[in-house]
Amino acid sequence: MALKGNLRDFNTTQLLNLINLARKTGALTIQSQGADAKVYFKEGKLVHATTSSQDGDLTRMLVQAGKLSEEQFKTIRARSGKISEKELALYLINAGLVTQSEVVQSVKDHVLNVVYRLFTWEDGVFYFEPNRLPPAGRITVPIDLENVIMEGSRRVKEWERLQEELPNLDMALKFTDRPSAKLRNVNLTVEEWRVISFINPRNTIRQIAQSNNMSEFQIRKIVYGMLQAGLVELVRPEGAEARPLVPPGRKKPIERPPAVKRSVINRLIDRIRKL
Amino acid sequence: MQTVKMVITGPFSSGKTQFIRTISEIDVVSTDRRITSESERVKEETTVAMDFGRITVDEDLVLYLFGTPGQKRFDFMWEILSEGMLGFIVLIDSARPETFREARRILEIFRGYAPTPYVVAANKQDLADAWEPEDLRIALKIDPRVKVVPCVARDRESVKSVLLELLFSILEEMDAEEQT
Repeated sequence: MALKGNLRDFNTTQLLNLINLARKTGALTIQSQGADAKVYFKEGKLVHATTSSQDGDLTRMLVQAGKLSEEQFKTIRARSGKISEKELALYLINAGLVTQSEVVQSVKDHVLNVVYRLFTWEDGVFYFEPNRLPPAGRITVPIDLENVIMEGSRRVKEWERLQEELPNLDMALKFTDRPSAKLRNVNLTVEEWRVISFINPRNTIRQIAQSNNMSEFQIRKIVYGMLQAGLVELVRPEGAEARPLVPPGRKKPIERPPAVKRSVINRLIDRIRKL
Repeated sequence: MQTVKMVITGPFSSGKTQFIRTISEIDVVSTDRRITSESERVKEETTVAMDFGRITVDEDLVLYLFGTPGQKRFDFMWEILSEGMLGFIVLIDSARPETFREARRILEIFRGYAPTPYVVAANKQDLADAWEPEDLRIALKIDPRVKVVPCVARDRESVKSVLLELLFSILEEMDAEEQT
């Protein structure tokens, strides 16, 4: 029977928990925020995942993991044609370009990155297709869901904190006139440099994220770090929205049920059976 | 004459009125009104006070079935209806996951009213979009000792099996109390 709904009502953490506990095999599709994700499971273990923006191209994964250069990537893409992912991996291993463990780790990192992004999706339609497996030729890596759920939940908390600190991505950034950090000692990652190159009061944070193909989580994390370091400041800020009040919980006295004899229950059972 | 009662609760439009109507020997005394709230316009009418059904066992014993109003603004009725109940049934529309959180909330509230046995009825199992009872158990974090029974509220046999499971749960609790 169908396992489908909306993340508003049943979120990613709850879904993965259900799949894990019920040891399900099949494909989970989530459509949210203009993006699609397809996640495959085998007997309750995560085995593969793709999104519409990240189709899980092996060579691209290996470039992102720093195992192949852009030059190697272009050459391999030009020569590999339409061979399967497994065949490509064998070719790369036999050519001595990567090791088997590097391939497995890259695929695993890719799958986890896709799934961790799903934890930040708050809205979106999902449906589970039982017994549907990844396309033939794909490399699958079985991953226990318990740790994924724990790490995903941790990221959700971090995400919530970042959302509180940086509630509006439609604000712009500008470099501070008097940075509090000693700029000579600041070490920036590649992603941070990519953001830095777009900082301009005319560009909103959301536009910077889109230009760099970054998720809201990634851009928030980077901008928050820069704000904390005093490198940048927000311009044209808007007030954060008021949080809805949580209704106070009710406390009711526990009331004992009336004493009823066993014979009464048995009479009720007999009567209902005869209806 | 002894009268006993069971309460049928659950979110808005989960099928409580139909459940009672299917099994009651009298026409269900229902206080349905046309829905005025756009957000709750899933069906044309809803229960604003309560549904009331009856099953006569014999000259000395009658079982009353009370259905709670599903809309939130009538929550104040729940506690009144739960007084003295033998047990309760939480009816869930298995095909509407947007109501699961509300079902969980109702379940917790009723558990707070009285430590009586209860069962969860996974209703509308005849619909293609219905979640399986065991998936519902996980989704709603229902204790493994609590029965989650598949149900189609329009089907008399199905309603009977839910009521019987609740009665069996009551007997089991009596057994457990006698042993301690």
